[in-house]
Amino acid sequence: MNAVDDLAARLRRADARPRAADRDADVDQLVEAALRRADAEGLVDVAWAVEDTPIGPLTLATTPVGVVRIAFGGEEGVVEELASQLSPRVVHLRARLDEVRRELEEYFAGRRRRFDVPVDRRLSRGYRRAVLEALSREVPYGRTVSYKELAERTGNPKASRAVGSAMATNPIPIVVPCHRVLYTGGALGPYGGGPDTKAWLLRHEGALLG
Amino acid sequence: MPRDLTERVAWTFAVAVRLPPFQSLLDAHGSDLHRFLVASAGPHDGDDLFQETVLSALRAYPGLRHAENLRGWLFTIAHRKIVDGARGRSRRPVPAADPPEVAQVDGDGLVDAELWEAVRRLAPKQRSAVVQRYLFDRPYAEIGAVIGCSEAAARQNVRAGLHRLRQEVTP
Repeated sequence: MNAVDDLAARLRRADARPRAADRDADVDQLVEAALRRADAEGLVDVAWAVEDTPIGPLTLATTPVGVVRIAFGGEEGVVEELASQLSPRVVHLRARLDEVRRELEEYFAGRRRRFDVPVDRRLSRGYRRAVLEALSREVPYGRTVSYKELAERTGNPKASRAVGSAMATNPIPIVVPCHRVLYTGGALGPYGGGPDTKAWLLRHEGALLG
Repeated sequence: MPRDLTERVAWTFAVAVRLPPFQSLLDAHGSDLHRFLVASAGPHDGDDLFQETVLSALRAYPGLRHAENLRGWLFTIAHRKIVDGARGRSRRPVPAADPPEVAQVDGDGLVDAELWEAVRRLAPKQRSAVVQRYLFDRPYAEIGAVIGCSEAAARQNVRAGLHRLRQEVTP
């Protein structure tokens, strides 16, 4: 049986593409090509990419409807969350985020005051969703509003706590501008990306001096 | 609604299945899957079958009722592509030449071309079994699950494949 053992060893040594670096580059290209085809066939439910911005990395995710999630920081945890909340067909496909990436780039460069990219609001429900919709509609670039005022504008003057939790769970920060909601009297209040980021965004929009 | 306890347990698990993001399967197994297909079908067809495998897997993924052995599930899809590809190739003419990039890989990258050509002439089950055994050291039970046979039959496929190869290649 020695010949068979020799052959087994020869098989173990042999590999059609032995250089790991080349092969990984090949595989990355093939995966991207396959995912683009899959996307064209409607098989990609959620696509994500990480984008570097002046306020640090953002993880961006989109469905065929529109931008569904923007998370501060890298993808750790976010992608798993999307898989369980939306669909396991979640893939890294940067080309699908081109539109929101371009608009964010323009926003951070001071060349855009309103986002036109479609959003998919399915990650928020009920009153929270209504509040976030009112925020998008009624509080433009460079303006701020208090939790109480926003509660009033949605017809629930006593709901400022509920408005607070709507802001805290906003799935699409920056594009849905929860950074424009402050405490009555002007204190900044909490922010998912941290208070410094909130201050940075408000200064960037000219809503905060100094 | 399920009636007895067994049914109720099965039903609970079916509902509770949490599939990881599809991307994590590609990250964990994409490279091995590609090696498997290239070793089994050659560089050119291997690349095509890899894309076909990714598409088929993505199509079927949300319908999966369990999240165990996702690697084996991917390799099963790939094995079926190899079997279908072998059927297809016997009906249509073989392409005249590979694209230049592949020719370049053949020129300086292919280790033991004679052996791999012989592997690709094996029957699909033997081929899949031999490649999984010697490229990835997979256990026979897992090989059997991928090619659709028992552990013993998988062992037999590897043995028969090696026997055949020994007759075909120069020592």
